[in-house]
Amino acid sequence: MTPPVLSIRSLTVTFFGSGQPVPAVRGVDLDVGEGEVLGIVGESGSGKSVTALAAAGLLPATARIAGSILLAGEDVVGADASTLRRLRGRDIGVVFQDPSTTLNPLLQVGRQITEGEVAHGRIRPSEAGMRAVSLLRAVDMADPENRARQYPHQFSGGMRQRAVIAMAMAGRPKLIIADEPTTALDVTVQAQVLDLIARRQRETGAAVVLITHDLGVVAEVAHRVAVMYAGRIVETGPVREIFARPLHPYTAALLRSAPRIDAGEGRLDPIPGQPPTPSELPPGCSFRPRCAIGSGRDRCAMEDPPLRAVAVGHWSACHFADEVRRPAAPARASTDVIAVENRGDAPPLLAVDDLAVHFPIRAGLFRRVVRTVRAVDGVSLRIAPGETLGLVGESGCGKTTTGRAIMGLVRATGGAISFDGQRIDGLARGALRAVRRQMQYVFQDPFSSLNPMLTVGEAVAEPLRIHGLYDAMGGERWIATLFDMVGLSIKVANRLPREFSGGQKQRIGITRALALRPKLLILDEPVASLDVSIQAQIVNLLEDLQRELGLAYLFIAHDLSVVRHVSHRVAVMYLGRIVEEGPKDQLYRTPVHPYTQALLSAVPAADPEAAQIRRRIILEGEIPNPAAPPAGCHFHPRCFRATDRCATEAPRLEPHPGLASRRACHHAGPLAADAAVPRRQATV
Amino acid sequence: MSEALRSGLRLVRRALSRPAPAVSVAYLMVLASAALLARPLGLDPLEEDVARMLEGPSWEHPFGTDELGRDILARAIFGARTSLTTAAGAVLLAAAIGVPMGLVAGFFGGWRDAVLMRLVDLLLALPGIMLALALIAVLGRSQAAALVAVGLTGVPTFARVARAQVLSLRRREFVLAVKAFGASPGYTLVRTVLPNAWSPILAQMIVLSSVAILLEAALAFLGVGIPPPTPSWGEMLRTGKEYLYDSPTYAVLPGLVLTLTILAFDTIGRALSAVLEGRDAPAGRPAGAAP
Repeated sequence: MTPPVLSIRSLTVTFFGSGQPVPAVRGVDLDVGEGEVLGIVGESGSGKSVTALAAAGLLPATARIAGSILLAGEDVVGADASTLRRLRGRDIGVVFQDPSTTLNPLLQVGRQITEGEVAHGRIRPSEAGMRAVSLLRAVDMADPENRARQYPHQFSGGMRQRAVIAMAMAGRPKLIIADEPTTALDVTVQAQVLDLIARRQRETGAAVVLITHDLGVVAEVAHRVAVMYAGRIVETGPVREIFARPLHPYTAALLRSAPRIDAGEGRLDPIPGQPPTPSELPPGCSFRPRCAIGSGRDRCAMEDPPLRAVAVGHWSACHFADEVRRPAAPARASTDVIAVENRGDAPPLLAVDDLAVHFPIRAGLFRRVVRTVRAVDGVSLRIAPGETLGLVGESGCGKTTTGRAIMGLVRATGGAISFDGQRIDGLARGALRAVRRQMQYVFQDPFSSLNPMLTVGEAVAEPLRIHGLYDAMGGERWIATLFDMVGLSIKVANRLPREFSGGQKQRIGITRALALRPKLLILDEPVASLDVSIQAQIVNLLEDLQRELGLAYLFIAHDLSVVRHVSHRVAVMYLGRIVEEGPKDQLYRTPVHPYTQALLSAVPAADPEAAQIRRRIILEGEIPNPAAPPAGCHFHPRCFRATDRCATEAPRLEPHPGLASRRACHHAGPLAADAAVPRRQATV
Repeated sequence: MSEALRSGLRLVRRALSRPAPAVSVAYLMVLASAALLARPLGLDPLEEDVARMLEGPSWEHPFGTDELGRDILARAIFGARTSLTTAAGAVLLAAAIGVPMGLVAGFFGGWRDAVLMRLVDLLLALPGIMLALALIAVLGRSQAAALVAVGLTGVPTFARVARAQVLSLRRREFVLAVKAFGASPGYTLVRTVLPNAWSPILAQMIVLSSVAILLEAALAFLGVGIPPPTPSWGEMLRTGKEYLYDSPTYAVLPGLVLTLTILAFDTIGRALSAVLEGRDAPAGRPAGAAP
């Protein structure tokens, strides 16, 4: 067997900052061989990025590193600056999370991706231009000759990430470290980029360390998986084994807690509690406080379990690995779609008709309107009392603007919004206030949506005070009831937001939205910024609250798995319009719009078996600029069914014959119908 | 609101954890207590002794006497009262006018922004000292006139700082959240935006105190400040200049305290801004990206 490309032994990384030392990595051993993709999975603060950055010698000076890191036989830990520079230039390529900040905005992309090779003397400056073009061509960039001369701001997010990958792989490095390479990208673009990484990896034979929080991404591309928790690897093994027979309670719980795109029913099984902060680790096994197996057992409280072999190539750091509960096979979505459909007949709580939100772009001396961004361009929705409508789409499709226009936070350009039978668009502020009691908004980012100057108790009471209803609604007793409802102790009410974790802050955001007893909550990506195990807690909380209080939800999200889990009906948006809308199970099982079909097929499922047999439609290109949308059907330039008609005539949202869903497509139909000659379809 | 206060205190505490600002605060405290305790200690800035005019330092008069035989030390200490109260009043006045202007301009935008900010530009376009001279010409010489004149020159700074704060806060989600509850613009501005904006305004108040002291002294030096016989540092420098050959030590003390006071306020103000901008903590960041 050839020696591994990267070999890490008993690595510890401790940060010495202003306060006490923080142990970020506490004893990690791992090997990555040639041509192998190792996925490192973990929640925020698990030490996964720190481990990878240590391997590339990129940690800040405040970090103390102990242990050994051998890269192609050379020691990284003790290496001097010039050795490190040579290693980075020749043997390691790094792809960071956010492509918008990785590239230097003042350098042409072509020059930038060859900069390293020129600096290390592998190519002459005169050859750099040619080299850049061939590198961009290798990452499927259209028109590489011209693209190489452009600047990063002329590239879209997906194209920038391609350029970064081209740069990372330019010198045929032995090791590629990809730190959350697709987290900042949309689902359809993520599919393109994952595909590209896998292909370039096969072509160059490099070893890849892929760091992610997304179990689906790991299942899609990794050969082996290492699961990290609180600075240690708690389980490692071949990808199929990890997903089919996890032997650490944390891995098993993680798999159970993530909503799956192929199963919509049943309650999520969240991991209780919070991930520990590295500076305050519990004694013994650090997962014990959240573990179903370890609670109450002395051994787990006393002794941190070592990583030991439990099967061939499969290691687990659990004293009781053989007791780990297997993740249940996904409960196939039940075929009887009951009760939910009936809600459609009830008078709607919220009715939106032909909503339009246009933002003018002004330029020139006289501030003339030169273009109009049609962020929302004719959206119609109905939400019945007690119902959840999921609104999904990629970034820039107008879903958040739709939610904010309904809430009156941005002015609607056209259309009608009725709440409980009353027109609310165009109401004066006083009249709108009364309606706003019934309708509340929960923001995506729990960190920025709470006023840092108010205690959380004051924050929850604020809407009551604004409406002058604090005493009428029961004052302190009502606040205490609200805290109790979302599972927070009232004792924390006089703390400030910064003392809470993300999941707790989102609970507070939800509590605040409930204070006025609304009938409708508009939830704008309420779980997108939370860790997987915390997401499940919030999703369950929202479902409980809906049942207890009869709330209706407009659930805006890009995560199709979560939407399937929480929604009764789902609407799919693309460039300001709804392209398909229908009952959840029908829409997920028999999508008829090509965009929905591509979107659903692009979601990585947390199931390596399924990833093998699944057909994936990889769309070309990205969402066009909403200021200059394509004529006719907005989707036609990326569509695999597009005809000449699509380029001229915009399809209307109409019921699809034989199905309960509506779609806006001239060539709608289930996927099987055109399986014979899909124009741009790749089967993986 | 209480957290806004607490965050301000935290800011001050962190700024004062360094030696230079701490020494500056100590100096200002000594100066202020001297000014407060001057009369109980029996110092009198107006007691004339014509027999002992323009004397050099002695045991009785450590910094000498002026042209009317008054004790220079006593006059310098009483001068601190004039300087500090005028400066404090001027800064408060400037903030009281400038901050609401900036808040309204930044929060509402549109024509309010245009009108208010053009007013600010107008104030900025006139040199501060010219504006102050013109005002005093209209209002006459008095402490109140000096205070108003100095205060008005500080208005643009506060308006701009407050406006910049609002512009960045206005898009923050917690401001949008309060709007979503149906809060009035007034509530949003006063209860949500202002408590989050006031730390930089506080730092600006300290910085402007030094400018105000300097401007007040300049007005007195030009002979249009607070009318005599009230002692003021600028006035002392002005008369000291006349007797430069007869009594070279006359202007030393007023010049020294004036310089030190301005330096002290400036040091504290800079330390506060450094803390606000996060420049005080040692930054640890990755060495850079791989090629």
